[in-house]
Amino acid sequence: MPHHVKSKALSHLRICDFTGQLAGAGATKFMAAFGAEVIRIEDPSNQGRWDILRGMPPYVDDRRGNELGGPFNNHNVGKLGITLNIKTEKGRELFERLVAISDCVTENFSSGVMRSWGYDYDALKEIREDIIYVSNCGFGHSGPYEKFKTWGPIVQATSGLTMSSALPDQPPAGWGYSYMDHTGAYFMAMAIMLAIHHRNRTGEGQYVDVAATEAALTLNGPVLLDYTVNGRPLRRDGYPDANHSVSPAMAPHNIYAAKPIPGSFDEAWIAIACRNDEDWHAMRDVLVADGCDWAANDDYGQLSGRMAAQDELDERIGEWCLRRDPYQSTDLLREVGVPANPVQTPEQRIDQDVNSAEARLWPTIRQAEMGRLRVDGIPAHFTKTDWSMTRGAATLGEDNDYVYGELLGLSQDEIAGLYEEGVL
Amino acid sequence: MATNADPLAMMALDDLRVLEIGDERGAWCGKLLADMGADVIKIEPPDGDPSRQYEPFVDDEPHHERSLFFWYYNTSKRSVVMNFDDRSNADAFLKLVESADIIFDTNTYDPVGRLGIDYHQIMSDNPGLIWCTITNFGFGSVRDDEPHTDLTLAANGGFAWMNGYDDHSLPPVRGGGQQAYHTGSNYAFMSILTALLHRDATGVGQHINVNINASVNVTTEAGSYSWLVSHSTVQRQTGRHAGVAPSMPSQIKCADGRYVNTGIPPRRPAEFGLCYDWLEAEGLLDELPEAALLQVGAELESFSLADVFRGDNEELLAIFGAGREAFDLLASKLTAYEFFTKAQNFGFQVGVIHSPEEALEDPHFVDRGMQVTVEHPELGREVIYPGAPYRLTRGSWGITRRPPLLGEHTDEVMSGL
Repeated sequence: MPHHVKSKALSHLRICDFTGQLAGAGATKFMAAFGAEVIRIEDPSNQGRWDILRGMPPYVDDRRGNELGGPFNNHNVGKLGITLNIKTEKGRELFERLVAISDCVTENFSSGVMRSWGYDYDALKEIREDIIYVSNCGFGHSGPYEKFKTWGPIVQATSGLTMSSALPDQPPAGWGYSYMDHTGAYFMAMAIMLAIHHRNRTGEGQYVDVAATEAALTLNGPVLLDYTVNGRPLRRDGYPDANHSVSPAMAPHNIYAAKPIPGSFDEAWIAIACRNDEDWHAMRDVLVADGCDWAANDDYGQLSGRMAAQDELDERIGEWCLRRDPYQSTDLLREVGVPANPVQTPEQRIDQDVNSAEARLWPTIRQAEMGRLRVDGIPAHFTKTDWSMTRGAATLGEDNDYVYGELLGLSQDEIAGLYEEGVL
Repeated sequence: MATNADPLAMMALDDLRVLEIGDERGAWCGKLLADMGADVIKIEPPDGDPSRQYEPFVDDEPHHERSLFFWYYNTSKRSVVMNFDDRSNADAFLKLVESADIIFDTNTYDPVGRLGIDYHQIMSDNPGLIWCTITNFGFGSVRDDEPHTDLTLAANGGFAWMNGYDDHSLPPVRGGGQQAYHTGSNYAFMSILTALLHRDATGVGQHINVNINASVNVTTEAGSYSWLVSHSTVQRQTGRHAGVAPSMPSQIKCADGRYVNTGIPPRRPAEFGLCYDWLEAEGLLDELPEAALLQVGAELESFSLADVFRGDNEELLAIFGAGREAFDLLASKLTAYEFFTKAQNFGFQVGVIHSPEEALEDPHFVDRGMQVTVEHPELGREVIYPGAPYRLTRGSWGITRRPPLLGEHTDEVMSGL
């Protein structure tokens, strides 16, 4: 069963995995797609509900239940699933045997949970000298906020990402989802693999402390240097101004209302960015040919003039954009080399964009109870060890026989006994 | 040059040489490699990387060595200038390639075509070479010729649809900081590390084709899986998750005019009790007539939001409402920072909405060393940069040198080949 992933890129690695939700689960999902044997441990005493996404909507049909949650399946594709009650003596013994044959232990609990079980890095190192232990929590495992709790929106709020996503004179718009759960998981995957490369070179394992807030802080670099070097804060009049571009300076650069597409939503939007004077001159010609004489104004010919008159430009371009649906205007502008694109809905970008099929982006997997459905794939392809996804999230304890039987050598009777004792 | 990195300490990737051939779309990937110790050689055209002309500049004086945009994305790298229009550079380029473990390019400068060399020959002559291409729609896409920026990619791939305000007469919001490019680069770095671990085990390199639009597409959480799983579409809301159905506001303005994100307000019996305790600690019980309801809520055996939203139990509705009222009252009396720290100390998942610079100066991040000093001797300045995105305890992160001057390392690198 476990050899359902074709890639050999990471097939020599085994991860003993406590991660969940998206901030942790996303990291080991990526590695599982490249062949790493990810053994995800769930607590049988609460049916794995530490992961609050287990059983959560959306659902594929009218059925509801612990194994039927769409997000949980999406984030745990390709991993093995076992049950283990680590608060029992036998559970601890089995966990330690698993650590002894694993390269890495991963978790995204609140700070201190692993320590409370007696498994900090030093304890794990006693079990396996070169173990790599990677934790991922909002504020990290030290500092004044170590005990504070977070989830994606809180990470985004405290790191500056929520504030920097706004229009002038409006409250923060923020991110309409947990951008930093995805991205925190990316940084966790990087950290795991960096530590493995270090081990490959030196034989040393290590502890890695990933704090999603700190990863987030690194994603506003030029704004931060403008502050530390020039003393110019982002919190100032007229800012943030996320749909305009001051770094680099571009104008026009905005998202404009367009004519709605019949049968779709009653709103539609188009993004337009003139990177330089050449782009503007091309766009100007399109506008003038469409009867917008105002666009020929020489004041707009150079970037400085367009930056100074940005609001006026936006208003007039906004009127022009209402003449057509966003795909039609995009075609007109793209034809002359100007960056433009509809703000695509999920349906448009997933099912109607030719790039989805080209990129083989939404693989269909099979999950034991949900059946066949599509999930987020990986936006890269390798010539020799490409990823694959075929198997959905494991149901509770789906791989107990393989892990406890084949990997740890327990007999069927012993495994049955562990179920009875509440260890599995 | 004084930097934060210990010159004697090993860094996780300091066994690797990387050639970076491309524009701003890949610069973040190069920084992630370089700040882990890789010898990242940025090959620039004779007039320099275009982002050297990007605002903001030091003291607002435009100059190709003063762009803070360029500075941020190019720490720890070396710069070599090479003119790909001069075919006599082909041998030098091939020697550089031979010395490298990893190449990543954004398909901007096309050294292979312009120098008249053979990609397949390079890959067969260098079987351990990892070559990663980062492009808008994947190398070879039918959409390859379209013009794009971070904004239009965010619109195409789904970021923009997710972000904005309850008021849909306001446009969707891109999100600050060129996150579409970051996301493509994040996937490029993860992919390079994956190929590197395979190479560690087998000695075999390969080509990787990273797609920025696809990277954005799979970084939208419920935006994608709501459609994939149930053909439902989420819609933007102010400061909180876009939803298939509208949800309650979660952003509150505090006494100092700044905002906090309250996540989900009190919703468990114990939390109603803590909320009461917090009001009491602030001396605000008298100002909230509904406070007694919090005590009732604290005594309940269980409390579920599903029961509240069914709407047929007025007491539950009133208790839940009292929790929200209490948060609003507390926010009206406290600064956003006070509300955040006090709420967290009572166990509520609340976040102050910092600006990026406020985050950099927050005592927690200062304590954890997120301010890193890098010397820029030409300007006689020490500059504070944001620090490590992850904390390895062995082979750890560091800025090993300030961003390179244009062509600063051409002679040193080429004579070393």
